[in-house]
Amino acid sequence: MSLLRHVTAPLIANNPVTLQILGICSALAVTTSLATALTMSIALTAVLCASAAIISAIRNHIPASIRLIVQITIVAALVVVIDEFLKAYAFEISGRLSIFVGLIVTNCLVLGRAEGFAMHNPVLPSVLDGLGNGLGYSLILLVVGAIRELLGAGTLFGQSVLRTTAEGGWFEPLGLMALAPSAFFILGLLVWAIRSWWTVQNEAPDFALRTAPEAPRQ
Amino acid sequence: MTGIFLSAIFEDNLALSFFLGLCTFLAVSKRFETALGLGIAVIVVQTITVPLNNLIFNGLLVEGAWSWLGLPEVDLSFLKLIGFIGVIAAMVQILEMTLDRYVPALYRALGIFLPLITVNCAILGGSLFMVERRYDFAEALVYGLGSGIGWALAIVAFAAIRERLRYSDMPAGLRGLGGAFLITGLMSLGFTAFAGIGGP
Repeated sequence: MSLLRHVTAPLIANNPVTLQILGICSALAVTTSLATALTMSIALTAVLCASAAIISAIRNHIPASIRLIVQITIVAALVVVIDEFLKAYAFEISGRLSIFVGLIVTNCLVLGRAEGFAMHNPVLPSVLDGLGNGLGYSLILLVVGAIRELLGAGTLFGQSVLRTTAEGGWFEPLGLMALAPSAFFILGLLVWAIRSWWTVQNEAPDFALRTAPEAPRQ
Repeated sequence: MTGIFLSAIFEDNLALSFFLGLCTFLAVSKRFETALGLGIAVIVVQTITVPLNNLIFNGLLVEGAWSWLGLPEVDLSFLKLIGFIGVIAAMVQILEMTLDRYVPALYRALGIFLPLITVNCAILGGSLFMVERRYDFAEALVYGLGSGIGWALAIVAFAAIRERLRYSDMPAGLRGLGGAFLITGLMSLGFTAFAGIGGP
């Protein structure tokens, strides 16, 4: 049962995107529609699990001084496989993801979990940890992607949900949702919402308001 | 050429339009001085690696690059990810040693940020955009410099805003990361006003 903790903890309580600040770049860039967000989530989760398994399996044979290069090479090889796979079987989506599949190589989430967890733990917990973090990342991506596609185009997975005025309906699509800034706003508000519920995640203020200390009475 | 340069800085800003290098962008922007140091390091590395990767891609990896050896059908472009990341890691290492030897003051100022640049996706992203947009060598040089300056501009401005922000009384849940996202969103909104600055 304690193994399951590796999967459930990163979902919200220790979410890689909203708490650990890992893997944000791609989380924002591919969320203009739900289909790209889903493809990216699957690709990243697959790379994360596979790299965790491989790195954890050979962790005792990696010299400490060159471990980063070894890890990056393993991740890069896996990403090349995924990239070619997407080009072969999902060419249209692959074109819309542009360079962001390739950028999984430098996604700090993959390297962060490899360096922080897989290097010190056996294969099974590492894979589960990879799976959990991948799912936590996917959760944020899908939420942001759903909001942006629904409000930006009135569709979900390309299926019309809110009928737009162009189709004779009532919904006026928000052009802002297709642009870069909206991703920041949605993610910022999402962080706010999560932290209002899980207040332990709140960051301490740099300069707290200070009430006057009790002056020692003479 | 000026068009590529200006649009790389403003319109196609790597951090604010393409979300590249955001992990570092958010993590290393708490102080103005460190943000400036990191920004300069990114400019230097970006200006070197993008043209270098351009040479490597067009000379070794692109389809038909080996035709002078009688192998015209060899297409190694799927190796570009591994090749680029290797070049970047090597360049950062060489730059680190050179600075340590000849400009120790700058080396100490950059400190930990130099090795961290290897995993900054703005650097790899710049090289991948260079391939996707089919820049030649001169264009790659200009694009590397421009996109580096754009990223540095964004992080320096963001750090300056964030230093002021420390004194503000924000809702507890927005403090730190949440607020940082909203500020970045506003900056990004501002940068969309630069659309078309590079000319047609």
